Amino acid sequence: MSTTEAPPSTGTNGNGTSGYRWVGTRPVRHDGLDKVAGKARYAADLNLPGMLYGHILRSPHPHARIVSIDTSAAEAMPGVKAVVTGADFPEAPPKGATRNLMCTVIARDKVLYSGHAVAAVAASTRREAKAAAEAIEVTYELLPHVLNISDAMADDAPVLHDKLFTRGVEPRPTEPSNIAARTVYERGDVEQGFAEADIVIEREFSTQAVHQGYIEPHACVVDCDQEGKAVIWASSQGHFKVRSATAEVLGWDTSRIKVIPAEIGGGFGGKTTIYIEPVAALLSTKAGRPVKIVMSREDVFRATGPAPGAIIKMKVGARNDGTITTAKAWLAYENGAFQGMAAMLGCMCVVSAYTLDHLYVEGFDVVLNRPVNVAYRAPSAPAAAFAMDSVVDEIAERVGMDPLDLRIQNCPSQGDPTPYGPKWPMIGLRECLEAIRDSDHYQSELPEGQGRGVASGFWFNIGEASSATVNLNENGTATVITGSPDIGGSRASMALMAAEELGLDVHLIQPVVGDTEVVGFTDVTEGSRATFATGMAVVEACRDLKEQLRKRAAKTWDCDMEEVEWVDGSAVHGPGEQEPLTLAAITGNAKRTGGPLGATASLNARGAGPAFSVQVADVSVDQETGRVTVERYTTAQDAGTAIHPSYVEGQMQGGVVQGIGWALNEEYIYSDDGNLENPGFLDYRIPVASDLPMIETCIVEVPNPSHPYGVRGVGEVGIVPPLPVMANAIADATGVRISDLPLSPPRVLAALTAADS
Amino acid sequence: MRYAAPTTIDEARDLLAADGDAVVFAGATDVVPQVRAGRPEPSMVIDLKKIDRLMSVSLDGDTWQVGAAAPSSALTANAAFAADFPGLTEAAGLIGSDQIQNRSSLGGNLCNASPAADSVPALVVNDAVAVIAGADGERRVPVADVVTGPGQTSLAHDEIVVCFELARPAAGTSDAYLRLIPRTEMDIAVVGAGVRLTLDGDGTVSAASVALGAVAPTVVRVPAAEAALVGSSLDDDALAAAAAAASDACNPIDDKRGTINYRRQVAGVLTRRAAGIAADRIRTRNGQNGAS
Ligand SMILES: Cc1cc2nc3c(=O)[nH]c(=O)nc-3n(C[C@H](O)[C@H](O)[C@H](O)COP(=O)(O)OP(=O)(O)OC[C@H]3O[C@@H](n4cnc5c(N)ncnc54)[C@H](O)[C@@H]3O)c2cc1C
Repeated sequence: MSTTEAPPSTGTNGNGTSGYRWVGTRPVRHDGLDKVAGKARYAADLNLPGMLYGHILRSPHPHARIVSIDTSAAEAMPGVKAVVTGADFPEAPPKGATRNLMCTVIARDKVLYSGHAVAAVAASTRREAKAAAEAIEVTYELLPHVLNISDAMADDAPVLHDKLFTRGVEPRPTEPSNIAARTVYERGDVEQGFAEADIVIEREFSTQAVHQGYIEPHACVVDCDQEGKAVIWASSQGHFKVRSATAEVLGWDTSRIKVIPAEIGGGFGGKTTIYIEPVAALLSTKAGRPVKIVMSREDVFRATGPAPGAIIKMKVGARNDGTITTAKAWLAYENGAFQGMAAMLGCMCVVSAYTLDHLYVEGFDVVLNRPVNVAYRAPSAPAAAFAMDSVVDEIAERVGMDPLDLRIQNCPSQGDPTPYGPKWPMIGLRECLEAIRDSDHYQSELPEGQGRGVASGFWFNIGEASSATVNLNENGTATVITGSPDIGGSRASMALMAAEELGLDVHLIQPVVGDTEVVGFTDVTEGSRATFATGMAVVEACRDLKEQLRKRAAKTWDCDMEEVEWVDGSAVHGPGEQEPLTLAAITGNAKRTGGPLGATASLNARGAGPAFSVQVADVSVDQETGRVTVERYTTAQDAGTAIHPSYVEGQMQGGVVQGIGWALNEEYIYSDDGNLENPGFLDYRIPVASDLPMIETCIVEVPNPSHPYGVRGVGEVGIVPPLPVMANAIADATGVRISDLPLSPPRVLAALTAADS
Repeated sequence: MRYAAPTTIDEARDLLAADGDAVVFAGATDVVPQVRAGRPEPSMVIDLKKIDRLMSVSLDGDTWQVGAAAPSSALTANAAFAADFPGLTEAAGLIGSDQIQNRSSLGGNLCNASPAADSVPALVVNDAVAVIAGADGERRVPVADVVTGPGQTSLAHDEIVVCFELARPAAGTSDAYLRLIPRTEMDIAVVGAGVRLTLDGDGTVSAASVALGAVAPTVVRVPAAEAALVGSSLDDDALAAAAAAASDACNPIDDKRGTINYRRQVAGVLTRRAAGIAADRIRTRNGQNGAS
């Protein structure tokens, strides 16, 4: 197979970082043919002999006490082999993260959202399982519910958890409430800052909860044997997490569980946790047969992963010369039914793209009767950026500055303090701002009647634990086994880094995602970490192998190892007395030089490089219907180094598209009785292909010094700017600023009509 | 659930008459999703796509006969039909996606009786007549009278829509259909507006039909808007009056797809725009005829 030509990105160093043979090229991905041919195996594709189908019964009420559950009718139904309820699971501790996880998997004394799992059935057919689940009689005592932040924070709000006392306030409250935690970051003196500012702008914003919208619903097959061992095939972003979380919920030792990663059909953060695996495991244990559970789309919407909605009050002070000096922010984030740390992350991100002398940021994590939040690309950052970058746009307008110049004037660089404490390492925000400023798009004249908006976004990126094993095969090929599920092309990236290290053609390298028993512990593919952290482990294992290869050559040549160099995939004798030995020659002869060659590396990756993205859009707005059309869109993002530029561009574009959906149309619509009215893709409107222009990309490469190839994660930050980009572009097109999402046709038309009168 | 594939109308009707829980289907693009969403499974599904008359699209003298089970793609691919009914063809071509349109039918779109069905306003403004086969033979009913409410039709259980009859448009006549959806496809109309106009030689409107979808329990014809247009030269005042009449004719609900106010406002806008498009089509055609 050969490498393919793709249009190069217009980045600072977009297509192939000079000096590398493989890193920066665009080979066909190793898993590509299987995926386009429909051969890739997803969790729902697996069928085992004797397998049963599980069906989960879910609460029709958003908040209720479970008085009793009668499963006798269900148990007597045809085909039914096992029934479980919360009572079959170990008792949950009174509070804390373990309780939250256990109670998300299956409700105990209370249901906390419509769609909360209550009981489950395993039966011979899907139909029998569903019919039996519906025959389970649950008696509920209905409780008042809260669905939005303001209601949940009110003094007389119905309280979800009687042991939830707000963290982060002194003295510690004596009464439980729905405010799980308060977070504060401060520096300088904001009152002084506002007093000294020439311009102060204060606005309130709201964003809606959104779903990650992965196409593949959650699915698993679990097979438990007589000895109490379980094999789980699951679609997830991290099979080691599936193992540990399933063990935690069931009170099992992790060594009882083996998790085999299935191909994954999208996650975007939403598959960093578990919902169904422990239920299938208990059903399988009870029935003595494998059990498959596949969620319906409706279940996915009702019971899994929203990213939080938020209310953000923003007050920003600036000088007439465009210097932003002061910001005060109040942020409240929905956490769903159980506490999380959405607001804390929002607080850390809200002003991160700016240097400020004075800041005071206060955040509140709020629980309410919706499914518990799960990560979604740069969790919490988009709402925060929506607030800050909308206000920054107004400041630019007021001082009469180009919005990008204003951002460049205020942007942090290495050594400046972050809003949350430590100093910035090497970052590429300025380079991204300049890349957009200089882009063909930004330099082009705005077509008549359209509006143009820009915004920037920040995300941390993380390191965490990764393992890799690289085995050299006797024919001179290599197998790279990692523990990172491939959710965005990471197999290709791993192979490229190994190719670069070993000097081997990338298609002689087979990248494999190994199960929990064949590769060392690896954290979830999240935080844009796989290419960064797992890539580091691959590089480390390859470097170990290169040592071994040199040793073997030295042994063959009966010389000192120091005389052997590894050059372009061959051992080269420094003094030049020997013909070079290719990798294949060494592996072919490995039996005689000490046996097979393989190396493993396990590490905690340190020094993840922060990511920034800057984006620009041109939109037109139908003034009579409120419909917004995205006419042109360009995104610049600092990738550190683009290992496989096509997949970097894919991540950049994917993030933008999801952000545009969040900005324009996505929202959960609840009925008064707390049920979700749009649990499907017809009325939960993610963008379709024809809604969007080609998203133009511009890869910026400011290398991360902590990674051998300079990699920063690229998976997440792209979703941050589109919310303010859309709002700013619409404001430019119409003269009307809208601070509540989504910017759907009815909302835009209402705002235009209101501004008219 | 049983599946039957009759090849004649009589056979289909007999099967239907014999089983009160049986349903007919053409594309099944409504039937299947509805069962998936929890509607009780029918005892039998009767496939109408094996019956020739229900699948054919033909011009018989001055009347088009459009088989009730013919896929939308059979209309969008038929240049002669599209030339006579560009608005109706457009409406059929808006349904779902290419894949859906290879299955979805006008009969199904009508008999599913969704207030938002895209082809129905366009059928209504073209005075389409539904040919319905029942126990006592065939009857002819204006399309506007088939749907009686959301999910409700005037058809008896054992009646089947065979085809639609559409008289070829008179000289100086054309139609247009517009809908508002937040996305560009794979969505359901928040408002739909069909308009057919006839212009006389000096550009005065001599006949007008206006019908709205998704703004009331059934498609609504808007006589006040038609009256505002007839006799005018489609000047701004006449168009504004038609738009206002369309907004007034709405009897919408607030739901997940749109608010009452929004639907009212947009119904007027789309009516005005659709009238403009229909008129442009007539003028373009007249221009072409004049040139040839
Ligand atoms: C993804 C998707 C997108 C869609 N988008 C749109 C859209 O944009 N606009 C829109 O209007 N609709 C849309 N629909 C709905 C649907 O595709 C249309 O209503 C379509 O025209 C139905 O035609 P069908 O032949 O598939 O109907 P079927 O599902 O076969 O039948 C629908 C109903 O009509 C009855 N019926 C069918 N034929 C006859 C007959 N000849 N006589 C008597 N009764 C009959 C059936 O019993 C059933 O009750 C969409 C559906 C899907 C799945």
